[in-house]
Amino acid sequence: MPLHKVSIRIDGEYVEAREGQTILEVARAAGKYIPTLCYLAGVSPSGACRLCVVEVSGVGRLLPSCTTAVQDGMSVTTNSEKLARYRRMVLEFLLTERNHYCSVCVSNGHCELQSMAAKLGVTHVRYPYTYPALPVDVSHPRFVLDHNRCILCTRCVRVCDEVEGAHVWDIASRGIRSMLVSELNKPWGESKSCTSCGKCVQACPTGALAEKGWAVEEMTKSHENISRLAVKRGVRV
Amino acid sequence: MKKITIDPVTRIEGHAKISIYLNEDGKVSSTQFHVTQVRGFEKFVEGRPYYEMPAITARICGICPVSHLLASAKACDAIMAVKIPETAARLRELMHCGQFVQSHALSFFHLSSPDILLGMDYDPARRNLLGVLEKHPDVARDGIALRKFGQQVIEGLAKERIHPSWTVPGGVNAPLDGAVRDRILKELPNARDIARRTLAMFKGVLDQFKEEIASFGNAPTMYAGMVDAAGNLQIYDGRLRFRDAEGKILQDQVAAADYNKFIGEAVLPYSYLKAPYYKPAGYPDGTYRVGPLARLNVADRCGTPEADQELEEYRQRFGTVVTSSFLYHYARLIEIVYALERIGALLDDPAILSTHVRAHAGVNSLEGVGMAEAPRGVLIHHYKVDEKGAIRWANLIIATGHNNLAINRSIEQVSRRFVDGKKLKEGMLNRVSAVVRAYDPCLSCSTHAAGQPALDIRLFGHDGSELDRLSS
Repeated sequence: MPLHKVSIRIDGEYVEAREGQTILEVARAAGKYIPTLCYLAGVSPSGACRLCVVEVSGVGRLLPSCTTAVQDGMSVTTNSEKLARYRRMVLEFLLTERNHYCSVCVSNGHCELQSMAAKLGVTHVRYPYTYPALPVDVSHPRFVLDHNRCILCTRCVRVCDEVEGAHVWDIASRGIRSMLVSELNKPWGESKSCTSCGKCVQACPTGALAEKGWAVEEMTKSHENISRLAVKRGVRV
Repeated sequence: MKKITIDPVTRIEGHAKISIYLNEDGKVSSTQFHVTQVRGFEKFVEGRPYYEMPAITARICGICPVSHLLASAKACDAIMAVKIPETAARLRELMHCGQFVQSHALSFFHLSSPDILLGMDYDPARRNLLGVLEKHPDVARDGIALRKFGQQVIEGLAKERIHPSWTVPGGVNAPLDGAVRDRILKELPNARDIARRTLAMFKGVLDQFKEEIASFGNAPTMYAGMVDAAGNLQIYDGRLRFRDAEGKILQDQVAAADYNKFIGEAVLPYSYLKAPYYKPAGYPDGTYRVGPLARLNVADRCGTPEADQELEEYRQRFGTVVTSSFLYHYARLIEIVYALERIGALLDDPAILSTHVRAHAGVNSLEGVGMAEAPRGVLIHHYKVDEKGAIRWANLIIATGHNNLAINRSIEQVSRRFVDGKKLKEGMLNRVSAVVRAYDPCLSCSTHAAGQPALDIRLFGHDGSELDRLSS
């Protein structure tokens, strides 16, 4: 069956796309930069972080480009003063929601949240920090989960479910109380479904999931293999 | 009873105030040294993975983060129950020597040289490093250059001068680059010349401070410091030795893990800083001092030729057990000589470039104690973890803590000698502050602090009314 082609306008330029593609996919293919955090090539998009919001003509609200499919005749703005302001705000909220202390973090210098904040010009945070008292799950023999550093992007949830097929992770509760849980909220070390493959650790954009034993600044990650594996299984990246 | 408060004490690291109580005749009846901050590190690290402790506890201090890194890493080594590679131990010592040079230079030149070179009674507005720069520009420049050298040693090894992440449980995370070694060795002779010049200058002005030497906290105390198996001065590795005021060795070769058999910690109602004491003697009789003065009293020798020569002259002048806290400065300068000699010796050994610098292991012991000599004295980190590696309990004993009781005593002694009457004179209170500075206390470390400027002295009358106050 031939794929239907649609024609849209991104930042004023005409771009051809296939029906079913997301705005993010089309924009990136056209060389446009849209910042993302929860998006991970090779697994399904979730629209969790709201960093990739774009303006669509005729729509009164901002739409996440990673989960919004293109429609014929759509006119999209990927970068504007308004979008930059909202994206900074998104990052500020992420930073206030948990306890992100870069200086003592294993991922300091290799953290996507940190580098994104620097890239988008978050020089300070205008909102009060919430300083939640959150535990660190050290029960797994090889890995550690620090809820203080989790941004609830769900990359780990999706990669474990869709690529590894184990589905160890889920998000429990709602809103500000949302927490990453392993199995039915058991300590990670007691999980029977976890294969200790480490894909969740590699997929995690911050220091929330890390290998045990690495000191501050030492945890480097790569998710290229995850995307490559997904491609081999026929996922379109 | 009247009371004088010095709040804040200036040119120290952290925040403190002093209360001096006078009787009805205007004579000093008692004094209290208050450390006015609380920080809570021991509590909020609970639950963190142990291997994060070096980075977290290094944030206790911006002046001697290296000392915390090392004590913490050693405690983690003990939890992992590993023997770290020899080169890693030497590299850690090398960085610590850089730390001693920069911290001692900061204490002597930046904080204390205004009292020594300009005089205790000099105009307080100009009694600072800028005043020294005006009157003795060569000395001030030497101080800045020497501190810079120490910082560059740290930076060369660890890539960062403050809070480097290079020291890790099990060793260090990168070997030494040959080019960095060559650069440090090239700059070393100049640093050693500065240390020699400064010692000669200090010895030249000692005679002007006979009164201070005689009354600056020379009350008898015990001393504690680290030595190697032969009794030589040790700043990175080694075991604890206690000597009494007469020079008799009370305990020798105490392993880090046994510290709490000999060190108790008392809580003072007027200060956030606990008061460690020598357990067998009880509280408060077990008052002991740590730091440069104590280390040179405790050790038989330094173990490096030039420092040993200086140590001999120092002992000829003031005896084998040197009591005056004013002489902390002298001891500090000898230790700079020692640290520079060690840097040379460590770098001259080709093994320093070995690339085997890290041991890996998990939790093999549920408890670990790390001990190192920080520039200000013995530093102890003691952690307990669960079998998964989460910190369950932590106790940190900081150099300034060990000196707390001795600082209290020294303040009382100096106050009795110099403070008299109901009206405060700047010079007399500066001597009270200066005795505190002699210890080079690091109060932000000691209470493991926030806000406020540095010392505040207040004079209270016998009816409790505040008669006078001096602050910066």
